[in-house]
Amino acid sequence: MASTWFRRIKKGILTDTREKKETPDGLWHKCPECKTTNTTQELANHYYVCPKCNYHNRINAAEYFPMLFDNDEYELLFENIVPKDKLGFIDLKPYDARLKDAQKSTGLKDAMSVGAGMINGNGLVIACMNFNFIGGSMGSVVGEKISRGIDYAIEHKLPFMIISKSGGARMMESAFSLMQMAKTSAKLTRLAKAGLPYISFMTDPTTGGVTASYAMLGDINIAEPKALIGFAGPRVIKETIKKDLPSGFQRSEFLLEHGFLDFIVERQNLKQKLSTVIEWYMKGK
Amino acid sequence: MQFLDFEKPLEELHNQMNKLKEMSAKNQVDVSATVRELETSIEKTREKIYTNLTPWQRVQLSRHPERPYTLYYIEKIFSNFTELYGDRQVKDDKAMVGGMAELDGMPVMVMGQQKGVNTKMRQLRNFGMANPEGYRKALRLMKMAEKFNRPIVTLIDTPGAYPGLEAEERGQGEAIARNLFEMVNLKVPVICIIIGEGASGGALGIGIGDKVVMLENTWYTVISPESCSSILWRSWNFKEKAAEQLKLTSEDMKGFNLVDDVLPEPVGGAHAKPEEMAAIIKTYLLGALANLNKLSPEQRIDQRIEKFSKMGFYDEVAE
Ligand SMILES: [Zn+2]
Repeated sequence: MASTWFRRIKKGILTDTREKKETPDGLWHKCPECKTTNTTQELANHYYVCPKCNYHNRINAAEYFPMLFDNDEYELLFENIVPKDKLGFIDLKPYDARLKDAQKSTGLKDAMSVGAGMINGNGLVIACMNFNFIGGSMGSVVGEKISRGIDYAIEHKLPFMIISKSGGARMMESAFSLMQMAKTSAKLTRLAKAGLPYISFMTDPTTGGVTASYAMLGDINIAEPKALIGFAGPRVIKETIKKDLPSGFQRSEFLLEHGFLDFIVERQNLKQKLSTVIEWYMKGK
Repeated sequence: MQFLDFEKPLEELHNQMNKLKEMSAKNQVDVSATVRELETSIEKTREKIYTNLTPWQRVQLSRHPERPYTLYYIEKIFSNFTELYGDRQVKDDKAMVGGMAELDGMPVMVMGQQKGVNTKMRQLRNFGMANPEGYRKALRLMKMAEKFNRPIVTLIDTPGAYPGLEAEERGQGEAIARNLFEMVNLKVPVICIIIGEGASGGALGIGIGDKVVMLENTWYTVISPESCSSILWRSWNFKEKAAEQLKLTSEDMKGFNLVDDVLPEPVGGAHAKPEEMAAIIKTYLLGALANLNKLSPEQRIDQRIEKFSKMGFYDEVAE
């Protein structure tokens, strides 16, 4: 049953004004795990999951949204929020230049895209991180878009989901980046008070300040198979304890066994699983 | 006394003073005039050095081995401290201490990371790097404070949450995240004071308050200058530069409205006159708590959410 909320916004949705993801013919993709070769089209048709070994290739909002929202219909929200280099941060390259380069190479404004649409007939707001934008690092735009996504979900009484995929904080925004952890956690308390569900979906990789804030705060925390999920990075841990890390350390299956995930879901089953869960939360509301 | 590299001129004057005193004791000559001269000279030199500290020098001061740590302040500022141990789940984390105390007769809950005062204690305290148990112990004490309507004071001093194997197994990320979420909603007043190092999520994990305050010579940001140098400059040699770029000083942080107040330190840093520092903190706490007590729990929570929600910089452009 399509909600009145969605019929209202649907008028504003013009899928063809968005850049349609065209997969060029004749391109080949080699699986980093099992080295099997597929055409990129085959891979796209198979949720970017290796048909042979089930390796989940890293994808971004441009792939997740069409995969999850009914009929590839959704509204991209808050695209007018863009990053700026308030600190004038310069390391080997000015942050300003990094931003421009990333924007040029990805066609994105920053590492977060927010979409609203229907998933098997239920409304949903998804905030999805883009790893291709400066390693999916969490800066002010990421935090602000989550914050507004939560406001939007509360206003329209919709469930909220974050797809995390991030190397952690964006150092070039220094303490402002750190405070996005506080900001997003604070806003999530408002969502909780509104009685709306928050689904945290962790994908490879989810680390640092993202793990230590919104990624771990879901009513349910779920993940793709074999995703790296942790607070400290494996390299730092190894240097600290001066020992080799056990195999499978900080992978989804490890987190599940230690009690930090509700379940692991393969991308092929994600939409169906999500719909079932959302139905449970929202039925009769 | 221990001197930092930029305190070299001070160290020389101190050495002169020591020699002079030794000589006068041996030869029984009156050197009081020269001593007075040297003392003035020391004061002047100290002031000169301390009026123009670079960000990196402040980082060094924040880690000064003689700097007072959490338990020192707890003892000097509060009375009737009863330390409470354990997270009720796994163990007691010695890098995070806390307990019941009174501030001028007012019952409060106080807690913070604790660094060790000597080699043996540094190990025991894990250099002030808490495991998930530490964050969960802190949260347990905060919830108790809330239940009995007692204000909360946190003292922050950590080079970061511990990046260990067991820490990951037991959910370091979850522990910090849970504290952020729960601290936002605490019904009682919460004051957080960065007394030394405020490194990243490990600091923030007990850092959500109605008032977040930095002592003058502390730092607070997302990463240490050393780690930032190694990641962004791909070398450990750019820590001074990283410290500058990160804008991590109390002055910068107040300028950005990312902290509410800065408490001045005695000339020479908190370790030069620790009792004076403790008195400054106590005065601040009393004033801030009196003001916060005038608000209702709902008002405090709303203001907390609004404050943190405003943090960030971005442009809004026409689509
Ligand atoms: Zn494969």
